[in-house]
Amino acid sequence: MKILAAMSGGVDSAVAAAEAVAAGHDVTGVHLALSRAPASLRTGARGCCTAEDARDAGRSADVIGIPFYVWDLAERFATDVIDDFVEEYAAGRTPNPCLRCNERIKFSAVLDRALALGFDAVVTGHHARLTDGVLRRSVDPDKDQSYVLAVLTADQLAHAMFPLGRYTKTEVRARAAARGLAVADKPDSHDVCFIADGDTAAFLRGRIGADPGPIVDESGDVLGDHDGAYAYTVGQRRGLGIGRPAADGRPRYVLDISPVTKTVTVGPGESLDVDHVSAIRPVWTGGVSPAGRFDAVAQLRAHGGIAPCTAEVIGAELHVRLHEPVRGVARGQAVVLYDGDRVVGSATIDATGRAAVRR
Amino acid sequence: MTYLDHAATTPTLPEVAQALAAALGELGNASSLHASGRRARRTAEESRERFAAALGARPSEIVFTAGGTESDNLAVKGLYWGRRAQDPRRRRVLASAVEHHAVLDTATWLVAHEDAEVTWLEVDSTGTVHPETLRDALADRADEVALISVMWANNEMGTIQPVPALAALGHEYGVPFHTDAVQTVGQLPVDFADSGVDAMTVTGHKFGGPPGIGALLLARDAPCTPLLHGGGQERGVHSGTLNVPSIVGLAVAAEVAVRDQPARADLLRTLRDDLVDRLCREVPDAVLNGHPVHRLPGNAHFSFPGCEGDSLLMLLDARGIECSTGSACSAGVARASHVLLAMGAAEERARGSLRFSLGHTSTSADVDALVGAIGPVVERARLASLAALPR
Repeated sequence: MKILAAMSGGVDSAVAAAEAVAAGHDVTGVHLALSRAPASLRTGARGCCTAEDARDAGRSADVIGIPFYVWDLAERFATDVIDDFVEEYAAGRTPNPCLRCNERIKFSAVLDRALALGFDAVVTGHHARLTDGVLRRSVDPDKDQSYVLAVLTADQLAHAMFPLGRYTKTEVRARAAARGLAVADKPDSHDVCFIADGDTAAFLRGRIGADPGPIVDESGDVLGDHDGAYAYTVGQRRGLGIGRPAADGRPRYVLDISPVTKTVTVGPGESLDVDHVSAIRPVWTGGVSPAGRFDAVAQLRAHGGIAPCTAEVIGAELHVRLHEPVRGVARGQAVVLYDGDRVVGSATIDATGRAAVRR
Repeated sequence: MTYLDHAATTPTLPEVAQALAAALGELGNASSLHASGRRARRTAEESRERFAAALGARPSEIVFTAGGTESDNLAVKGLYWGRRAQDPRRRRVLASAVEHHAVLDTATWLVAHEDAEVTWLEVDSTGTVHPETLRDALADRADEVALISVMWANNEMGTIQPVPALAALGHEYGVPFHTDAVQTVGQLPVDFADSGVDAMTVTGHKFGGPPGIGALLLARDAPCTPLLHGGGQERGVHSGTLNVPSIVGLAVAAEVAVRDQPARADLLRTLRDDLVDRLCREVPDAVLNGHPVHRLPGNAHFSFPGCEGDSLLMLLDARGIECSTGSACSAGVARASHVLLAMGAAEERARGSLRFSLGHTSTSADVDALVGAIGPVVERARLASLAALPR
């Protein structure tokens, strides 16, 4: 097959491209330039957007022996991922930009262009297994990225390849070293790639501006004020900026963010316990919406937030009843349903039901 | 392999490789006083004389550099500082809007860091700077102009500028004139004295010479402040141990390129015209950019409506046909050509363009290969552009 390898400049995508070559495919590498003004050198752990990363990707392609190009997707990335990220926060939700990038850039803009150019599929360095349209968790539970891929439709998955899901990260690095790839010991990238200093609140303040409002407790008493509700995430404990401690001396968490009234509600940890989630825009990995109620395991954020559940599709919505409460579930995140290690489907969390409130 | 990217670099001439290899075997620093040094100096100076003669310059007007970018930097910064030192009011730089980044970014840097003021000379839709445009710019505060820089022929479009007329205007106002002539040697007759320019950038690898060696041809009375200080080589304008083997290779390449230029240009023009005719038959809506007549004989530059240049390049590359989108930044991202934008083209047209450049190894087989591939490639690239539109 003719395969397009999306190469970030990191070790995973380099090994994925090499694996595709080893499997006998005709592979071409592309680095996606996602930043309008890329820095020359990488700083800290936020990689994938600098000229140095583009060079690392190109150097890996040379070693693997495949053609290599840079595709400028900065405009698409700015609208589909960065603007979306800002809008979601402004609406009081907590987006996952990596998921959005997979959905709209890597397996939409890039895949569509690749198919039109005569390629059969796109290979990436994601840690997940994909065989015959069945998406499963990576064998490395710490590195598993099936959560951010579950948003892909059956059609998108039909043109995707994830060769790394059968390896642990340690094995991936060993394979890179064995192939003489200089990125074998390049540090992993973390956090949001387009926020260079990792300060999401400052980034959002720059984009949205000050938008002050009150911080209240569950009974509505005003405890303080804030410069912008977007700087808060459900489940957040640190940096609430309320001087006065709770009456009972226990830590307080962000429980809810209401962008309309610009209100941030805080309260005790147990008020964060959620046992019901409703979610919109479901995507079913097998292409077919399951009928009736079914048992599954829900994952409610990229790392952790896992609980057994009973799920049901009602109209355009997915309703998930968690068999045990999960703390810190934010609107805008994805709920991904698993059957064992197999991905069943994904949807965007729109509302949560609190166990404490219900009881 | 079909190599249609001679404007990026040309294959080294066999006689150059031979001369270079022989010279690499010789010992000696041309600045040393002993016998080996004298031998090296003699070799370098003989090559300087041959190189100068080939380009219509005097040996003392040759400043060897590492290539085009270095020569452009030396000319623009050096003349700016040199002229400003003579008269502090001289802070204006007049440069065409279609210059190579080596001039463009140097002028912009002078504005940001050295209190310069730049006037970009507009071009018409063929990419030509009209003498009236320069006259208008000079008529306004001519005594504040430090230098003028207009390239001889554009590296993307191949448009040839009326350099002698522009240089004469500079002289009329007493302003030194620099031209980046990197694309011209071997393609056009180049004579430094006849052209009337005060400074001229050339580089070896564009005409069959070795990479990493070039020259700034610099009139003896041009006030040029050095950028590199040290041993005082090259009139004190460009210190550093002379790169004797490369200078030997450069001189051989210049002699061959200039000797062969008239016949080469005729051949390239014939091949290029054939390429243009046949490509336009394959892709009827392709637009030939640049000047219809006053262009480099080996240059053909097209816009392909509805296509992205980088898709076209990738598809041709996969078929063994090598060309260029015209300008690339260091990260390898294809950007809309500033030259086409300056010529008044829309962003979309500027993004969907390709440069095919012919040189001393080009044959009709190269043209045949391109003409055979271009139709399906353009068709596919169009589909890819449609697919990549935001939903």
